Amino acid sequence: MPDHDLPGRSRPVGFGNRFLLYLELVRMEFVNNLAYRSSYFTGIFNYTIQIGAYFFLWDAIYSGRRAIGGLNKEEMITYVIVAWVARSFYFSNLDRRVAVEIRDGKIALELIRPYSYQMVKYARASGEAFFRILFFAVPAGTAIYFIRPFGLPPDWQAGLLFLLAVTGGFVINSQISMIAGFCAFFTQSTSGIFRAKRVIMDLFSGLLLPISFYPGWARDIIKLFPFQTVSYMPNLIYLGKITGGAVLHVILLQLFWVAFLGLVSVLFWRFAVKHVVIQGG
Amino acid sequence: MALIEARGLTKEFRIFRRREGVMGAFRDLFQRDYTTLRAVDGIDFVVAEGEMVGYIGANGAGKSTTIKMLTGILVPTAGSVNVNGFIPYKEREKYTRGIGVVFGQRSQLWWDIAVIESFKLLRRIYNVSQEEFKARLKKFDDILEFGSFLHLPVRKLSLGQRMRCDLTAALLHNPAILFLDEPTIGLDVLGKAKIREFLKEINSESKTTVILTTHDLGDIEALCPRVAIIDKGKMLYDGSVDNLYAQWGHDKMEDIVKKIYEGCKPEQYCMIENWGDTHA
Repeated sequence: MPDHDLPGRSRPVGFGNRFLLYLELVRMEFVNNLAYRSSYFTGIFNYTIQIGAYFFLWDAIYSGRRAIGGLNKEEMITYVIVAWVARSFYFSNLDRRVAVEIRDGKIALELIRPYSYQMVKYARASGEAFFRILFFAVPAGTAIYFIRPFGLPPDWQAGLLFLLAVTGGFVINSQISMIAGFCAFFTQSTSGIFRAKRVIMDLFSGLLLPISFYPGWARDIIKLFPFQTVSYMPNLIYLGKITGGAVLHVILLQLFWVAFLGLVSVLFWRFAVKHVVIQGG
Repeated sequence: MALIEARGLTKEFRIFRRREGVMGAFRDLFQRDYTTLRAVDGIDFVVAEGEMVGYIGANGAGKSTTIKMLTGILVPTAGSVNVNGFIPYKEREKYTRGIGVVFGQRSQLWWDIAVIESFKLLRRIYNVSQEEFKARLKKFDDILEFGSFLHLPVRKLSLGQRMRCDLTAALLHNPAILFLDEPTIGLDVLGKAKIREFLKEINSESKTTVILTTHDLGDIEALCPRVAIIDKGKMLYDGSVDNLYAQWGHDKMEDIVKKIYEGCKPEQYCMIENWGDTHA
């Protein structure tokens, strides 16, 4: 009998192979998303309505005024469009997916696999994100530009740094979603937590309102959390309001939050799995 | 050396008991009433390499909980467990490379994509070489005959087809131990026969150790020389099937198991029809 036919001799996995696995997951999730084409048509429709509504709202608010919170009307409209188009990329259902797996006990099937549950989930979220760039963000952005031209970044460097910062925003948003999803280990009713998370994210990330519109004391509180690195800061890079060394500061801040949230979610996961009750048969 | 060694294995669950009515629900907000359920109560379980053990018990007896502790999904409340040289829940990522698991109640395959895609992903996860992967698929296909639906998404498969694919998925990396939690649940006679034939083959050829829980005693009679019976978290019998017959006389296995679930001992005579008397 050849040696490799003896049971239990599955070879250890090196870093390269592990990377290939995650790459494969990215690809599979992308393909999987293609199977649900109807959902992205409705998605584009939703985003169009959202952006349209905010356009008219800000148009009305700015009537007769030059600048609010350091942004003039044209910048504000660009801000809103860029913020929502970027959101169509970084948004994910990670929290709900994780919670459903925990609640139905499907998590048991993940625990018998020799991989990191979180890395697999992030890989799949990335696959979905690639899909969203190609089928949500780019077509939606282009279509809006033809209907109502908005400002472009001042130079290509700013555009590139914006993309980098949005990618950072995607990672941080996914991490926050993952941690929210883990709450399902401890409570059956996660819908309240998710709703709260969504409101907090929309308000404090700067999606609904640039952070510069808030009063000073609120800005001081928001500074203590990772939320504004998801939307507000990347948008300001796009507008050319954050430039030079300040951009580096934003990227470093994002790296700090990625590390911090990564640590929190690993510790949370370890604690939860030790105390977990797997539901059902 | 024992491949699986569990000593005094215990798992307790804390269960939140809801009070009745509106006032009860209100009181629950402030003071929760917990009771402790001992699902598995200090069992010893030792299995040697290459064995095929049937693990049976009534619903809620603690079978699945035991399997989940052995596979590293649940952390035991007390006792020690060592499988294949690992403490399952502590070294999960290393340990799970050497085991395969099938839960009859749920599929481990991706629901919306073709079966073969799931297999390919598993090949990556367990780092199986392309040749081994192909050779094993071919070998398994000879008995399980999944070739015709390999390119269908899992949601389109019948239960029997899905189970055959799930078994394949659990064995693609040639694990040392295969855990099966009710693998024949809901299958027709032919489907069961096919799966039994396959498990026999795997066990004899690859020396894969098999632990199997079931409610179908036909599985035990067809496959397992050894049977472990658990009830209310305690091990009631652990030994050869032949010895079980010898202890109880010439009964059918179903009758013996019914009596054991009823709490009878082999020495005492008891009629399983008299539900009230048996506990006296």
